[in-house]
Amino acid sequence: MHPAPSVIIFTTLSGLGFGLLIFLCLGFPSVGGVIGFIFFAIGFGLAIGGLLSSTFHLGHPERAIKAFSQWKSSWLSREAWLSLFALALSGIYALGRIFFDIELKLIGLLSAFFCVATVFATSMIYAQLKTVPRWNSRLTPMAFLIFSIAGGALLAGQVSLALPLLALAGVVQVTSWILGDKAFDKSGTNLATATGLTANPKEVRSFEAPHTGTNYLLQEFVYKVGRKHSARLRIMGIILAFGIPIIFLSIPFSHLMVLLAVISHIAGIFIIRWLFFAQAEHVVGLYYGKR
Amino acid sequence: MTLLPENTEKKLGLVIDLDTCVGCHACVVSCKGWNTENYGAPLSDENAFGAKPVGSFLNRIHSYEVSPIDKPAHLVHFPKSCLHCENAPCVTVCPTGASYKRVEDGIVLVNETDCIGCGLCAWACPYGAREMDPVEKVMKKCTLCVDRIYNDNLPEEDQVPSCVRTCPAGARHFGDLGDPNSDVSKLVEERGGTDLMPEQGTMPVNKYLPPRPKNQMDDTDILAPYLEPVADEPDGFFKWLDKTLDRI
Repeated sequence: MHPAPSVIIFTTLSGLGFGLLIFLCLGFPSVGGVIGFIFFAIGFGLAIGGLLSSTFHLGHPERAIKAFSQWKSSWLSREAWLSLFALALSGIYALGRIFFDIELKLIGLLSAFFCVATVFATSMIYAQLKTVPRWNSRLTPMAFLIFSIAGGALLAGQVSLALPLLALAGVVQVTSWILGDKAFDKSGTNLATATGLTANPKEVRSFEAPHTGTNYLLQEFVYKVGRKHSARLRIMGIILAFGIPIIFLSIPFSHLMVLLAVISHIAGIFIIRWLFFAQAEHVVGLYYGKR
Repeated sequence: MTLLPENTEKKLGLVIDLDTCVGCHACVVSCKGWNTENYGAPLSDENAFGAKPVGSFLNRIHSYEVSPIDKPAHLVHFPKSCLHCENAPCVTVCPTGASYKRVEDGIVLVNETDCIGCGLCAWACPYGAREMDPVEKVMKKCTLCVDRIYNDNLPEEDQVPSCVRTCPAGARHFGDLGDPNSDVSKLVEERGGTDLMPEQGTMPVNKYLPPRPKNQMDDTDILAPYLEPVADEPDGFFKWLDKTLDRI
């Protein structure tokens, strides 16, 4: 799949932003005043910045409001509603906490719930697609959720929580790579089922594409650039996103170390998200004799 | 709404005969022509005369080489357009309701004024039937020529999809696949029409008729044995050269 920068930025930053808001709205850390303002500003900045970035990927962003209409069937529409609830409720909680020094516990709980639900809806946009076997797995929502919560704990400075969560996130990611590498072959879709010309996929091959040039389908779904570096990028992603932050958080607390851990984590998640798209193979590639 | 109808009154679709398709691409051209000049946003081309032309099409013809172990190899031309699935995954993922499946005839359409161009429907389609128009930035797909099949201004023989009307080999058939007594349903029954990627659970309406079995190699011609090569072993100078080269 084509790794569109707008979508990678969106899933990475919004995931982190909603993760941070989860912790802030549950009172970890319970901060008000200027410190609280800064914390919440970072959370909202990441979440909203990511959501705005996702609209750059649209052909007609001016009609984006229409995406709220089909929540009964569409995960993308559900994500729009859930993110709206999450931002509105955590906004109310933040206003109370920062300016009036009151803790609206119920609103905080609801905010945290909707932040988790938003990240889940985002992940289901990908996990629902049978056409991309690597994504069509329970590990996709698991990875999105654990990344968001672990990153949130890190940004919120919850060191004792962040350490096991980051380690767990690393384990989930490695598992999803191991299983994901086998997913396409296991899906049962191959050129034989795609064409119905024979029962044995080894007996049929693409002889000629419909056109000599490229097309939307090949640009969007058959993205091969950088796949040959995937092993190296995977190791870099794991080290940056989870390894280095765990080491930096394990040594005695200092703000510089936490900042470096956060930067390293974000860089690592960007790499992992890039691979999430670049390595995903869509079954339509089969028709073109490609993966 | 992007919820799928439980049942459609008709199941209009195409039956494509892989035995007779000659791969001439006339249906591709007529489809592009009709759908550029008529309903909806025109199908654009970018950089049409440049080094890397790209454009949107609703119908494309692939070619596959089938080489079974015990039978002669053959080439199959394979037209592919929207299959108007009963369980269309492209419809349910649409966040705006632009994608929908019609209750009256089962045609899957895009309301272009509602489309935000997110591309998720194209991601959900296993067949590559939807393409984002590079200029209009809305999703384009086969409409089954909805502006022809009900168009009383056209002569009756033209009230079929443009690809069907154009095909010089008669490889494309149009009709109601929900009616077991329709010509297309009988054709599917008779020729063993198949679904593409049945394991994806999309329940496509369009059916593909497999190529008829080809003749066997061994009964091609009684003179064939006389055409076998007679000089397997070289002789004279070449025999000496062959042996010498072997020794080196």
